[in-house]
Amino acid sequence: MKVLVAVKRVIDYNVKVRVKPDNTGVDLANVKMAMNPFCEIAVEEAVRLKEKGIATEIVVATIGPKAAQEQLRTALALGADRGIHIETDEEVQSLEAAKLLKGVVEKEEPKLVILGKQSIDTDNNQTGQMLAALTGMGQGTFASEVVVEGEKVNVTREVDGGLVTVGLNLPAVITTDLRLNEPRYASLPNIMKAKKKPIDSMSPADLGVEVAPRLSTLKVEAPASRQAGVKVADVAELVDKLKNEAKVI
Amino acid sequence: MSILVIAEHDNSSLKQATLSVVAAAKAIGGDIDVLVAGENVGAVAEAAAKAEGVNKVLVADNAAYGHFLAENLGELVAEVGKGYSHILAAAGTTGKDFMPRVAALLDVAQVSDITRVESEDTFVRPIYAGNAIATVQSSDSIKVITVRPTAFDPVAAEGGSAAVEQLDVVKDAGLSVFVSEEKAESDRPDLSSAGVVISGGRGMQNGENFKMLESIADHLGAAVGASRAAVDAGFVPNDMQVGQTGKIVAPQLYIAVGISGAIQHLAGMSDSKVIVAINKDEEAPIFQVADYGLVADLFEAVPQLEEELKKVV
Repeated sequence: MKVLVAVKRVIDYNVKVRVKPDNTGVDLANVKMAMNPFCEIAVEEAVRLKEKGIATEIVVATIGPKAAQEQLRTALALGADRGIHIETDEEVQSLEAAKLLKGVVEKEEPKLVILGKQSIDTDNNQTGQMLAALTGMGQGTFASEVVVEGEKVNVTREVDGGLVTVGLNLPAVITTDLRLNEPRYASLPNIMKAKKKPIDSMSPADLGVEVAPRLSTLKVEAPASRQAGVKVADVAELVDKLKNEAKVI
Repeated sequence: MSILVIAEHDNSSLKQATLSVVAAAKAIGGDIDVLVAGENVGAVAEAAAKAEGVNKVLVADNAAYGHFLAENLGELVAEVGKGYSHILAAAGTTGKDFMPRVAALLDVAQVSDITRVESEDTFVRPIYAGNAIATVQSSDSIKVITVRPTAFDPVAAEGGSAAVEQLDVVKDAGLSVFVSEEKAESDRPDLSSAGVVISGGRGMQNGENFKMLESIADHLGAAVGASRAAVDAGFVPNDMQVGQTGKIVAPQLYIAVGISGAIQHLAGMSDSKVIVAINKDEEAPIFQVADYGLVADLFEAVPQLEEELKKVV
């Protein structure tokens, strides 16, 4: 079966985020960018499904500027077969991203769509669920285990207070949580091979989607910083301060 | 304005997070209705009707909602919610699962995980794992919003007397079924609503050593948490994880034991009122946010802490 994976280009998770002095956003000039970590887990899961003989083809899609092709190439080096680049320099919010991906789903008709549960820039946690609703598919969000059996998939989900397993009819949407798998590193030969794999480019207009944002960001600020307190000499002093100074016990 | 709050519950009791979401709804202003969707939820509906500031409780009681499947809840809430100006739910794993479906079905954007209400259409929310705070304005006719419960003081659980109305809207999308669940069994309070949280990190060395923290937690009526490092190392299950990718907590007292204070952990606990850090590395970043820091070997300090606490509490 065909698996579609959607990935996003974001600030590298090791980079310290700095808010712009004019409070219009986060400073991304000359900052290292990378594939969103949850999306790497999504690519890895698709590759494992292919290695198990369940997936026959992995299509990876991204939405973003020209440079987002780097993340498609990374996914291709990790084992995806071909890429789809929906190219735009506009800010694309979750609902519009879901509509664009719906266009890809209608073209490609995958049995399984795998996305990260959220991107580490906007932290929205929306696109997979929205895509599932728009395409009328079931969803297994925050997945820590995926078992495909025939025309069904069982997804174990990480929820507040434990784990829940749901059974979904295929086609279905899965969003990945951290413990689903540990993504591999791309080997040099695979990085070279990935350069020759096909990437199909299109615009949002080709898919008939207007990407104008519904939410406008009025300002972005650095969080209020917490002041370091005092060091205590021993446990007795600590308990005394908690009881008599902070009055929390 | 009219606001629909989706209750968070386990079919038998109303979760406190719901009271925080009602508080967020009050900050927006307008009539507040609460939707209780589940199976055999009479007691939950009664509890919701008593919450301060609730105008009406709508009950959708059907097996289709018993396991909170997002496909069914999404259709229900989109149908019931289309007459409201705002639809709010807690940003727990249930709300995060079904609310984006609601937004997509109504063709509106969702504002996720808000921590403050500026006005009826403007909200504050953390982005980049809490390393930046955005103020966003929605231009949609219906605002679909998830609320970070720890950011809003809950309304009173008693005192209200809202009318309870049964709905007979049954939405079974037929796309998904519940298979099984594994709930972490514990008599301790829930991490996200506990007044005191004691968490262990990689410094705990193994899961067995968490018993030291559990013993103190039982004495204080606290919940036990962990850093991502401790979870990834397999010391404790993932539902104990405090941090941006785990639970967001904001207790009166947070005690971090053997936790270095990685950014992702700080994002999950730095709104706590008082933070205590016990770590043998005096350069550990956790000390930069701690109100009280103790540089010590935790294997000596934690047993002492238990003894000292027993003298005073």
